[in-house]
Amino acid sequence: MFQGSATLEKGLHDRLTTGNGGINNGSTRNDFTNYFELMPSNALEVALFLEADRMREIRLTPENLQNQIDVVKEEIRVNVHNQPYGGFPWLYLPMTLFESFPNAHDAYGDFADLDAATVEEAAEFFDRYYAPGNCVLAVAGDFGVKDALGYIEKHFGGIAPRDVPPTVDASEPLPGNERRDARRDAHAPQPALAIGYRVPDPIRSLDDYVAMVLCCQLLTGGEASRLHQRLLKTDRIASHVDGDVGLVAGTFEVRDPSMMQVQVFYPDGRGPDHILRAIDEEIGRISDGVDQAELDRFRNAYLADYLGGVDSLMQRGMLVAALEQQRGRAELLNELPGMLSRVEPADVARVAAGWLAPGNRAVLELLPGASR
Amino acid sequence: MKPLPSHIPAVGRARPIKIPAAAERKPRSGLRILAVRRPSVPRVEIRLRIPAGLIHDGGEAARAWMLPETLLSGTRNRSSVDIAQELQGFGASLEAAADADDLVLSAGCLSSSLLPMLDLVAEILTAPTFPAHEIEVARDRVVQELIIGRSQPSIIAREAWRARLFGKHGYGRRMPKPGAIGRIGQAQIRRFHAERVLPHGSTLVLVGDIKPDQAVEAATKAFKGWKGRPVAGSVETPSMGGPGPILLVDRPGAVQTNIRLVGPALPRSHDDYFSLALANLVFGGYFTSRLVTNIRETKGYTYSPGSILDHRRKASVLVTSADVGTGVTAPALLEIQYELGRMAALEVDQDELDAARRYLAGVTSLAIQTQAGMANYLDTIGSCGLGLDYLRDFQPALETVTTGQILETARRYFAPGRLLTVLVGDAKAIRSGVEAFNQVQVLDG
Repeated sequence: MFQGSATLEKGLHDRLTTGNGGINNGSTRNDFTNYFELMPSNALEVALFLEADRMREIRLTPENLQNQIDVVKEEIRVNVHNQPYGGFPWLYLPMTLFESFPNAHDAYGDFADLDAATVEEAAEFFDRYYAPGNCVLAVAGDFGVKDALGYIEKHFGGIAPRDVPPTVDASEPLPGNERRDARRDAHAPQPALAIGYRVPDPIRSLDDYVAMVLCCQLLTGGEASRLHQRLLKTDRIASHVDGDVGLVAGTFEVRDPSMMQVQVFYPDGRGPDHILRAIDEEIGRISDGVDQAELDRFRNAYLADYLGGVDSLMQRGMLVAALEQQRGRAELLNELPGMLSRVEPADVARVAAGWLAPGNRAVLELLPGASR
Repeated sequence: MKPLPSHIPAVGRARPIKIPAAAERKPRSGLRILAVRRPSVPRVEIRLRIPAGLIHDGGEAARAWMLPETLLSGTRNRSSVDIAQELQGFGASLEAAADADDLVLSAGCLSSSLLPMLDLVAEILTAPTFPAHEIEVARDRVVQELIIGRSQPSIIAREAWRARLFGKHGYGRRMPKPGAIGRIGQAQIRRFHAERVLPHGSTLVLVGDIKPDQAVEAATKAFKGWKGRPVAGSVETPSMGGPGPILLVDRPGAVQTNIRLVGPALPRSHDDYFSLALANLVFGGYFTSRLVTNIRETKGYTYSPGSILDHRRKASVLVTSADVGTGVTAPALLEIQYELGRMAALEVDQDELDAARRYLAGVTSLAIQTQAGMANYLDTIGSCGLGLDYLRDFQPALETVTTGQILETARRYFAPGRLLTVLVGDAKAIRSGVEAFNQVQVLDG
């Protein structure tokens, strides 16, 4: 998508972005790939033109494809193969928790798959999934709405519609039993543990999903969180804990199935069971009940973070596009704070009891390879 | 550069950067306070920069390393949990970190909580207790983090070039070893805190949904109990080592080589700084630079190559980086040296310079749009003694730079023969290839 388009040769998209004072990039997520430009406001029309030009057509040649294959391989090497904890847990934990191909395959791509990719396959994919009707365009920033709509019509209006593929429903049954795996990492000096829990459907059960988000905060959100206090301060069995709800896509940008993840780095070679026991106990305490003042504090912290996030035009635009595409509700941007405010202690206890059980999770151990 | 096709929509002129409403004050304590209005969301971003960084500690700088890890662990009136819970109540985050020169507190809170937040920060600065059991926990955690850090190739590369470039100067010290961290107790940290965490020479930046005059007044009041200036001990300017042989840190079996080429650069306050900054952009400072176009877009050797200007108070360094496939190490090094040489030998095209100029102006204005972005920017330039004037003046200054000046600057700073080359990778696989360029000194990883 960056190697030349209908009327522009390779390199011009980038030149026209950076040369006009902006940046551009894209990212591949679970359910969508996004492309974006962030530019000074005088460049609105050219930014829209650039996206329209490559929606119309891209220049797929064997050279372009090979170049990108080589670059992606180096990306995988720098992020995964050459790093301690590379790919852990974001790449490997879903592969343990889920079973169906859409949810459990190596999302980055095996080198063999990459090397086998052909121009024809890429062209077919573009034809099918880059149909205009399969895209959502979001524009956020300092502009007149009428002007923007005018430019959009001018540059996108002439692109011929084509069939839109059906939305993939990647829902899969709950595991029923705990799933476990262990991976050895030659670069890693210390062991680590990641747990992935199945969670409510982010779209069909949004209320419960939002309660789960706050539950995750209580467990892992910062120094006052249950697991930080228990694992690092009280029991002193870990050097780091964090957690989140979502996959490579953000919390509110993923379709079912989503995941709640807890990640722990710990120093000794005892194995993770004592850590798992402590985590289960803390989850049990939350299931027994949460107090209002504590919930309010974590909610406050999360809301303030959310506001800080959407202060950024880029984050705001990307979130709005995903909300519209997956839910048809861009307005959730402004409604999410209200939804978070309405979560009660009983909701948090209920989702913890209902979802955060050993039978509903995957446990991934990372075994260090290097000893010091 | 080829001319642009004629069907591309016109872009018009970029709007000049609007300097937001601001207020400044420097109370007698010597603390500099800057407040800037950005009411986009009901929050405030806070940056407090104090000259208590690694360079101000002796030995392995273990006290300076541990200070930020324990500063938030308790005060006369509050335990660490109390502090954490109170921050949550403010919708706030607060982190402390040490860099080469400074201790930096980075925080954000809901604007409705600004006053109690400032009081909390003041209490943390003036009455921290460093409880012994918190120090123990922090030590264990820091030792683990250091062990993990040392296994990361980018950190190995960074330590190697700093040690070689800065030599015996404090900027060249490696991260503390576990033993040094283990020896840090309450007394050591308290002493370092008393010596260095003082208002004189510190800067406080507030950006957000605030009235600048009121915010400056509130901060002055909140910090009035914070007094003192550090005892002398100015930092020497390091003399940066000459290039010498290629330094190869062996990492057997590595699937990539981390290539770093480093050399002296200019500080932001220097008259020629913009010439250097623009030269850097053209060379490798953004996606459409020569380096990226060559070794990524054309050759596919690497994913995110680039060059940056890395600033400390007393030293600025030009750092060129590329993490490349092991098998293409020598060819990649050749291309990097070629692009460096091209900068030093030939004037850049006018188009290239103009594009870099527009990019720098544009991304600066984009970066300061958010509250956090503006706070980070003011904190960064504040650390060089620069203020809002810099934002006002930099665009006209950029316009004056010519291709002739870029060439002069490039001769001094981009000549490949003047740079130190550090490689982290599989020595067995790459040594003979890179020996074509220079002598190689191999170090165990």
